[in-house]
Amino acid sequence: MFDTLTERLSGTLRGLRGRGRMRPADVEEALAEIRLALLEADVNVAVVRRFVERVRERSVGGEVTASLTPGQQVTKIVNDELIDILGTSPLNVQFASKPPTVVLLAGLQGSGKTTAAAKLAQWCKSQGRNPLLVGADLQRPAAVEQLRTLARSIDVEVWSEPGDPVACAAGGLARARHAGRDVLIVDTAGRLAVDAELMTEVARISDVVEPHYTFLVVDSMVGQDAVATAEAFHATLEVDGIILTKLDGDARGGAALSVAEVVGRPVAFASVGEKIDDFEQFHPDRMASRILGMGDVMTLIEKAERVYEQEEAEAAAQRLVEGTFTLDDFVDQLRQLRKMGNLQSIVSMMPGVSDQVRNAEIDDDRITTAEAIVLSMTPAERVSPEIIDASRRARIAAGSGTSSAQVSNLLKQFTQMRKMMGGMMGLGSKRRPASRKAARKRPKGAGRAAGGSRTGGGGRATPKGTSRTGKPAGKPSVADIDWDALDLKLPGR
Amino acid sequence: MRVPTPATFSSGLASSRRTLRERLASINRRRPDETAWETLEEALLGADVGVETTMATLERLRSTAADQDIVDADELVQALADQMRAALDADRTLHATAPDREGATPVWLFVGVNGVGKTTTIGKVGARLSADGQLVVMAAADTFRAAAASQLQTWADRCGAALISGSSGADPSSVVHDAVSAAAARGADVVLADTAGRLQNRKNLMDELAKVRRVADREPGAVAETLLVIDATTGQNGLSQARAFAEATDVTGVVLTKLDGSAKGGIVFAIEAELGLPVKLVGLGEGPDDLVDFDAESYVNALLGVDADEQG
Ligand SMILES: Nc1nc2c(ncn2[C@@H]2O[C@H](COP(=O)(O)OP(=O)(O)OP(=O)(O)O)[C@@H](O)[C@H]2O)c(=O)[nH]1
Ligand SMILES: Nc1nc2c(ncn2[C@@H]2O[C@H](COP(=O)(O)OP(=O)(O)O)[C@@H](O)[C@H]2O)c(=O)[nH]1
Ligand SMILES: [Mg+2]
Ligand SMILES: [Mg+2]
Repeated sequence: MFDTLTERLSGTLRGLRGRGRMRPADVEEALAEIRLALLEADVNVAVVRRFVERVRERSVGGEVTASLTPGQQVTKIVNDELIDILGTSPLNVQFASKPPTVVLLAGLQGSGKTTAAAKLAQWCKSQGRNPLLVGADLQRPAAVEQLRTLARSIDVEVWSEPGDPVACAAGGLARARHAGRDVLIVDTAGRLAVDAELMTEVARISDVVEPHYTFLVVDSMVGQDAVATAEAFHATLEVDGIILTKLDGDARGGAALSVAEVVGRPVAFASVGEKIDDFEQFHPDRMASRILGMGDVMTLIEKAERVYEQEEAEAAAQRLVEGTFTLDDFVDQLRQLRKMGNLQSIVSMMPGVSDQVRNAEIDDDRITTAEAIVLSMTPAERVSPEIIDASRRARIAAGSGTSSAQVSNLLKQFTQMRKMMGGMMGLGSKRRPASRKAARKRPKGAGRAAGGSRTGGGGRATPKGTSRTGKPAGKPSVADIDWDALDLKLPGR
Repeated sequence: MRVPTPATFSSGLASSRRTLRERLASINRRRPDETAWETLEEALLGADVGVETTMATLERLRSTAADQDIVDADELVQALADQMRAALDADRTLHATAPDREGATPVWLFVGVNGVGKTTTIGKVGARLSADGQLVVMAAADTFRAAAASQLQTWADRCGAALISGSSGADPSSVVHDAVSAAAARGADVVLADTAGRLQNRKNLMDELAKVRRVADREPGAVAETLLVIDATTGQNGLSQARAFAEATDVTGVVLTKLDGSAKGGIVFAIEAELGLPVKLVGLGEGPDDLVDFDAESYVNALLGVDADEQG
């Protein structure tokens, strides 16, 4: 299985290497892979179609640069396009000069509105504001009590009155003015886009409170329906931004792309847990990587672009693609990694790295030690480590200033990696059949956000608190090394 | 509270049917070509059936089409509907009592991720069982979410069920234990146990849920159903939910909620066809009567936009 788009594309675009330009036929095959990757991430089929069309336009005829493989290059185009749609810069909430700043939350049942309302109130407090919450969900049993309980924990007042949600919201606005609250956050009942009566009701709520910001609250586990829902809510309310919830789960979150594409407004906040503080500004670059099933690969690629010599890049890509892997390659990879700067940050950006490895301390000393061990081997030993017996092991240990145990640990890790590669090679033939070519038509009216340059990336590969279950069966690389098991500390340290 | 008119399976799905019919209209009564296959593919993908299940389904259909020499697009759609119906062949009996544990107080446990409709479904199931003359006890074992017990209390009051709850933050297993004991003492017919929504990648919460199930299955109780609630809007993550909850709690069936919206709930096709978990109930609204038994035929017809009266 090819879990990351880079791997998929490395496979399809291998033939491109050494040619000056990407040809339409080559790109077509890559686009089919992109389409599958996005569909698997729950991006809406129609959105995928438009998206693929744009990537096609940007890719065909594009130059094959020296520092990136064509696979990486197309991945970069895909990634940039994704970030453009998700919002190149964070939505900065501007508080109204004439308070209160009114915020309206709307969305499907169970999407996370009430929780988000409380989180947003807490966020406003952290910005030095004095918010009032309005419990205008008079439909769901105990919805107001839920809001009151949450609000109590953050010491924020809740306004609500039984009866008509529109009147309740209007009452909330009056209360905010009266009590001198500078932010008003209105929680509404969940509703289906197809429920005309309730959609009219929320429009009326919007009319009476005249929100400065209307946020559509979207569950990151939602699939294809995200588009229909977003279209309806946007048509009714003119959505200003999206709050994406339950990102602490392991859904790829393609709905974010579907919704942002339809609404043409950025995702403003990410809700990443059930606790009030599990709320953060949204990072488009992280989300793009998540949708593509990669770590923060683009930042990695950009570093690679800067640091790798061309041949090294080619060789590295080739190793990733083909899985030929000797102890010499192993040491090469280590050295290149070291060249790229802080190892910890690089490993944390690699796709498919387990949390254990991600959090392991990796320092240059360990690399030096690993390097020393391999360099103390004869060329024959490096190619066929099987021949290393106890006496050879003792010699290598002595030569590298390590212990026999450290040598065997390194060999064990290496053998494991090589075995994984063998598995990968075997799986290669079982690839999913490439699907039909994406349709060529490009429907009009895609309300995308305006483009712009993406902001600098870096940072965590997955949102806070996320422990993604299992590790995708990606190509092994030095990032897979269990450094702690290696125990490569220098003697005496 | 709006009083919704009780939904029927087909009225709830009317909207989904229309859009899909439109999409398939273009391939009707034409020789199936690549465009027809693409339309079918997009229809399945667009209903959240998922990439892998869609590809596998269409691959089988291609061989059927070749074997039976199907040349008419209408027939092709019919063959697809037949094939999908046939794949939905799990036993969807709802068990009033746990097998081999006839004397024990039966427990129906409701599990699922946050916000899918567990509590509401309990309200609906409680209404249905009470109307059948059963004595229902509800267990508010969601001790985590704010006001979760009050929400369930409202539902218990609506159908005259008794509610056993613990304090906020209490151990959910002990709430279930108390509810089962109380139900046994009263000679109740069934305990409907609500649980806090949890994401399946939270290991400690899944362990907690496994414990809730074990405790519920202890004398004097016996788990008769563990129902996984899946929201119709759920995308591919639904499969991962089904796997994880099945592993933790031995899920006996799936409840598909919110099918009254525009989402098609195609992920439960993958869940039943691939994991063998039967879909047993369908939620079609927020009222107590908006619950129907799952019917594979109507579901597939709605998903594909095939009208029942068109068949045959
Ligand atoms: N339209 C529609 N709404 C539903 C349906 N089932 C539940 N809901 C709504 O979805 C929202 C969440 O439902 P709950 O029953 O609270 O869900 P839950 O799984 O118990 O949620 P947590 O306890 O918060 O995890 C509520 O607003 C319900 O009214 C359904 O079949 N159709
Ligand atoms: N894990 C997780 N659960 C969330 C998040 N946001 C909301 N929830 C839960 O999802 C459920 C529905 O949320 P709620 O705010 O009541 O949704 P509403 O019906 O849209 O108001 C509740 O159980 C919340 O605790 C989140 O970011 N992560
Ligand atoms: Mg709510
Ligand atoms: Mg609940």
